Amino acid sequence: MLKKNFRMILDFEKPIVELEKKIAEMEEYARETGMDLTEDIARLTKKVETLRKDVYSKLTPWQRVQLARHPDRPYTLDYIQRMAGDFIELHGDRYFADDPAVVAGIARIEEFRVVIIGQQKGRDVKENLYRNFGMSNPEGYRKALRVMKMGAKFRMPVISLIDTPGAYPGVGAEERGQAEAIARNLLEMSHLPVPIVIAIIGEGASGGALGIGVGDVILMMENCWYSVISPEGCAAILWRDNAKAPQAAEAMKLTAPDLLEMGIIDRIVPEPPGGAHWDYDQAAATLKTFILEELRRLVTIPPQELIEKRVEKFARMGYWKE
Amino acid sequence: MDWFKRKKGISGNERKSIPDGLWVKCNKCNEIIYRRELQKRMFVCPKCNYHFRVTSKEFIQYYFDEGSFREFNQNIRSVDPLKFKDSKKYTDKLKEAQKKTGLNEAVVTGDATIHGQPVVTAVMDFFFIGGSMGSVVGEKISRAIDRALEKRVPLIIVATSGGARMMEGALSLMQMAKTSAKLARLSDAGIPYIAVLTDPTTGGTTASFAMLGDIHIAEPGALIGFAGQRVIKQTIGQDLPEGFQTAEFLLEHGFVDLIVARQEMRATLARILRILWPINGENGKSREKLETAGAAANPEVHSDNSSPPGTGRQTAG
Ligand SMILES: [Zn+2]
Repeated sequence: MLKKNFRMILDFEKPIVELEKKIAEMEEYARETGMDLTEDIARLTKKVETLRKDVYSKLTPWQRVQLARHPDRPYTLDYIQRMAGDFIELHGDRYFADDPAVVAGIARIEEFRVVIIGQQKGRDVKENLYRNFGMSNPEGYRKALRVMKMGAKFRMPVISLIDTPGAYPGVGAEERGQAEAIARNLLEMSHLPVPIVIAIIGEGASGGALGIGVGDVILMMENCWYSVISPEGCAAILWRDNAKAPQAAEAMKLTAPDLLEMGIIDRIVPEPPGGAHWDYDQAAATLKTFILEELRRLVTIPPQELIEKRVEKFARMGYWKE
Repeated sequence: MDWFKRKKGISGNERKSIPDGLWVKCNKCNEIIYRRELQKRMFVCPKCNYHFRVTSKEFIQYYFDEGSFREFNQNIRSVDPLKFKDSKKYTDKLKEAQKKTGLNEAVVTGDATIHGQPVVTAVMDFFFIGGSMGSVVGEKISRAIDRALEKRVPLIIVATSGGARMMEGALSLMQMAKTSAKLARLSDAGIPYIAVLTDPTTGGTTASFAMLGDIHIAEPGALIGFAGQRVIKQTIGQDLPEGFQTAEFLLEHGFVDLIVARQEMRATLARILRILWPINGENGKSREKLETAGAAANPEVHSDNSSPPGTGRQTAG
């Protein structure tokens, strides 16, 4: 269960990890001394399971935000590697540059030829500098759109994986039209004549996330957040205090169950006990099952009907009175 | 990313609203101007051409034919889906804004004419919670798009907004997708949409309908951008270049077609509409005949929705 060479343990994960360590030590001791500790180990194993269930069944929104940002969490390429066969990554927006914060390419998933796009974070400092912490420049959105349009041309459905702390707020990004790049994707994805399945796999921060987030079905993994701004950003503005981020996270209703209730997402994808970072294979297998179910349903819908339904889906979002 | 950080500056921005009193000091050149004089000049400084921020009511008066504006969907109001509260309740903020502006929400939508040419319009109001886009702004703009589509008349959106409305969380974010999806329909139907960008147009508003016009016109000096300047400065650790995120900057970088002074806006819109969407047609042809002829000559423009993937649709928008 315990992933090797893990680097970071969140506060609320600590008691579980401590117990697991203890079990491992007892097993080691039993092996070395030949003493029979089976009963004790079984008791502790049961205890750790109960504890795990207890901790993860009542996570606060802020704890979920931390899980969504967990540095060991599987990223886009980890999922692609496990879900798809023969992934060929494609590069560049054909106008300016290639943006490593966004991955785009073609692949096969079971019976489907697909386009996969997704935001990619880095695992360490060096990789994060290369990936710009998963914060896309306009080129990233334009690359994604270029590859999606190619997918449409060859009648390949699109799978889009969202995991970003936001679009990059830089001078060059503004000069090259960050706003236009996102806006264009919103419009073009709205009427792309092939099925689009969106999955939020980590952080879904504001327009930066939505820029690859318009589709027929929106899946969200259990321990993710998706909102108009980060909890820190919201706290800084409305509470004038970054440290109020946990309160902001609570107020913003940014977890998967909240978003399901508001009709913003369609399905919650369960994660392995303790979160996706404890078992990449299982996390990817579950996500793949969900994506395949949706694709098999969506490919039977004629393109024009698909587009009509997609526009109507987003048109329904919001609450008002009159 | 945190484009809403810009909102931090809104209290400062709101001070840039039209000040009361007989005399008004220009925000840019500090000239003291007689209020009546400024009013006559559509709140444009006679000395330095600074365009003061004005309310939706003034924009309607300046941009459209006198008395032509007929509001619709006036009574759509915000609710508080998140039961949001920071130092104040969202419901209280809404009440205050309604009292202060006399408006129900941050956008006013209606039918109007420009030099006699019918249009559908949505005019935002910065003085209502910073012109921020929540569910109601998204819904009213979407319905205006539907109406333009139904009546087959051009759409004009006058944008002024600090971005998405935080107090509605992800619901406000989704209004970007909602309005853009509706604009895809309008575009596919071959109906013109002109975006008029005024000071300020930022965040989620810019990253959706404000950047999706067939033609983008900005008022001089307007702040237009995606990320807030404070956030950018923090991120790059440097000062921002002179004139960054102004209308002129966007023109230089290719995201705005024209910069047009407030006094010239109506005439400019009329000229564009006469070419893009002549009401009496051309050479005696009716509007309908013109459209049919156009469609025949250039099928991609009015792309048939049943076209196969990868053809007409791909060029739309
Ligand atoms: Zn002046």
